[in-house]
Amino acid sequence: MSSFVPFWFIVIAILWTGFFVLEGFDFGVGMLHGVVGTGEAGRRAAINAIGPLWDGNEVWLIVAGAAMFAAFPGWYATMFSGLYLAMALLLGSLIIRGVAFEYRGKRDAARWRRTWDGALTVGSVLAPLLIGIALGDLLHGLPINASQDYTGSFWDLLQPYAVFTGVTLVLACLLHGATYLSLKTTDGMHERARATGRLVAPVTAAFVIGFIIWTHVTASSTFFLNVIELVAILAVLAAAWLVYDRRDGFAFTATAVTIAALVITIFVDLYPNVMVSSTNPAYNLTVHNTASAPYALKAMTIVVVVFLPLVLIYQAWTYYVFRQRVSASDFTSAPPRAEVPEPRPEIPAQEGSHVRES
Amino acid sequence: MNVDLARIQFAFTSINHFFFVPVTIGLAILTALLQTAWHRSRREEYLRLTRFFGTLLVINIAIGVVTGIVQEFEFGMNWGAYSRLVGNIFGAPLAMEGLAAFFLESTFLGLWLFGWDRLSPRVHLATIWLVALGSMLSAAFILAANSWMQHPVGYVMSGGKPVLNDIWAVFTNPVFVWGYAKVIFAALTTGAVVMLAISAWQLRHGGDLGVFSRSARMALIVLVPAIMFTMLIGDELGVIEGRYQPMKIAAAEAQWTTCQPCSFSLFQIGGGNNDHTPTQIIEVPHLLSLLATNHWNGKVIGLTPLQQQYSQQFGPGNYVPNVFIQYWGMRTMAYLGALTLLISLWGLWAIYRKTLVTSRVFLWVAVWAAVLPFLMNTAGWLLTESGRQPWIVQGIMLTRNGISPTVSVTWLWISLIGFVLLYGTLGTVEFLLMLRYSRKQVPPPRAPADADTPVPAIQY
Repeated sequence: MSSFVPFWFIVIAILWTGFFVLEGFDFGVGMLHGVVGTGEAGRRAAINAIGPLWDGNEVWLIVAGAAMFAAFPGWYATMFSGLYLAMALLLGSLIIRGVAFEYRGKRDAARWRRTWDGALTVGSVLAPLLIGIALGDLLHGLPINASQDYTGSFWDLLQPYAVFTGVTLVLACLLHGATYLSLKTTDGMHERARATGRLVAPVTAAFVIGFIIWTHVTASSTFFLNVIELVAILAVLAAAWLVYDRRDGFAFTATAVTIAALVITIFVDLYPNVMVSSTNPAYNLTVHNTASAPYALKAMTIVVVVFLPLVLIYQAWTYYVFRQRVSASDFTSAPPRAEVPEPRPEIPAQEGSHVRES
Repeated sequence: MNVDLARIQFAFTSINHFFFVPVTIGLAILTALLQTAWHRSRREEYLRLTRFFGTLLVINIAIGVVTGIVQEFEFGMNWGAYSRLVGNIFGAPLAMEGLAAFFLESTFLGLWLFGWDRLSPRVHLATIWLVALGSMLSAAFILAANSWMQHPVGYVMSGGKPVLNDIWAVFTNPVFVWGYAKVIFAALTTGAVVMLAISAWQLRHGGDLGVFSRSARMALIVLVPAIMFTMLIGDELGVIEGRYQPMKIAAAEAQWTTCQPCSFSLFQIGGGNNDHTPTQIIEVPHLLSLLATNHWNGKVIGLTPLQQQYSQQFGPGNYVPNVFIQYWGMRTMAYLGALTLLISLWGLWAIYRKTLVTSRVFLWVAVWAAVLPFLMNTAGWLLTESGRQPWIVQGIMLTRNGISPTVSVTWLWISLIGFVLLYGTLGTVEFLLMLRYSRKQVPPPRAPADADTPVPAIQY
């Protein structure tokens, strides 16, 4: 076996971790934008707090998927075809969420904006929930036969452990979003973000601890927790304490570490399996029986070694450029783009009529 | 049934995806050109145009990105056996695309949109060029993967599986090199036609003359070479595809018997998969030989002998693609391309005669020309992908063997209907928004006193 195989498992774990740490607070902000931002100006401020960043963050998911395709085609094929309807639903939620950002401000009508706010919230809850369910299923096991094909139904995906994983990830994203907004907003919004964090933190902590114990019991043969499981528990406790202590920066760091440790736990406890078969342990998909040949892995290793650091550098620079807090007073509830004037008068009436609703 | 549903779903989602991709690539380059013009000349008109077309670009990118995620997931969802077999080759460019191109495009789009007042003008100008570069690189990796399905290279068969042994060959595949050049010029054509159409509409409806005459002129100056190169490269691509996928080209000409020299059929009735002899036909002698082989008396092997040859080589079966789609896909693309070229030359003439902003007939035609690139792009992809059938990877795997074995018809129906409803709704919203923003007045010039203050960011 070539050493590229475990290396690519690590790369994929890193990509999923990066995705959840970064897009995690975007999901949280998506869920909370209507809570923390009261009124149109507040909602816009919340959305613009992640405005320049969310698109680049979501690419982590796309790269994680493509890396699985290239490095472990068997894993990618079994997972995506087996979790078919969950994946279709995930695509639906990512789509409505993605266009909601762009479209909500494109018409100055209250109902239009409410619709896209709803899409943003629903999409931001469903996406981490569904990915969480999928990751939980990988670890807990699914009916998979000797030829690496999923033989269960849609309902088999919704086993208790998987749903618990999904809910835990949603709650972790929710808290992560609250700490992010505490760090990035001012005045009333800042206070509401902190208050939301205090409300969510104990629940998230309880779920994360429950998840770690359940995962450990499911996947590990030792009695003691491993380091990364321990880190997850300590980080979420620290996050809860820091949220109550009103230390915004540290609290955000702690929620980031919590999410990272959660995702890494799944992958550490999974290895060397990539999908567990509940039919027969001999049918487990492992890094070895799903991996690409060494040459392909070597070629991609060169690309990832060159480009991933580069990506980290320019994404970090983006975070630096947009480090300022966003204030609701910078936004008006009037037409979002003051610089683009109203449509010209000669536009047919059918368009003008619903524009004026608000 | 499964394979039909999976194919319909893939065709539906990728055709929709490719409405947005060329607009993104084309408009990104054009917006970057506009901003560069502003940067160099400091003329307010170019700044106003940059903001105007930049807004349209962003509306369009949003839906292009999310429909792109669907494409990536679909290989695993619907084409599991295919993914398992060729993932080590086909997946590699996809992963590289994400790392090298998509991160670049998405991150710098955020920087461009929100960075107007945070970045120095020079750095800010660089961000839009990086967005354009990212979108072009992205297309390169996807085309490399697609070209491998058309003409597999750089692999050895090991235990019945193709295994990558030369990544360089994948990126120097002649089908890729020419196909990619064609896609980039087709994208520039699409972007330029869209920009021309919007400018023409504005000029017809009292938009700011000084502003939109500039964008109309820039669009035409880009359009003329873009459409010419698209057609010339398309011609060479036809010759290359004829070499590696003779079925595709023979079917595009509904050429059942081998001919030398071969006439080009301009229009015909009949001659499809079920009746091999056309009833009505208008032909140009020698033209097909010239197009398919670059020689006056070149030989084109017909579908019937090819079918015999393939049956011997790969076992019994039907290896002829859908001739109707091939024949009319090819003609839609070529005829509309010629029409686009004529319109662009007419526009150039109008610039020369200084009648561009006053010729109401030309402006009316230019507005309606907006549909042409979308029809051409769709016809071109149908020609390319349907012409590969019945193969999913030419000579290696049949499409019907590529589907996910355990995905049920019910699941396929649910996802297909879901995608049709979702794409239908969002596509309509997208179209209405594009229309609405195309018809807005261009942002007013800034007061002279503001000329040195930063331009405000574009925000959600």
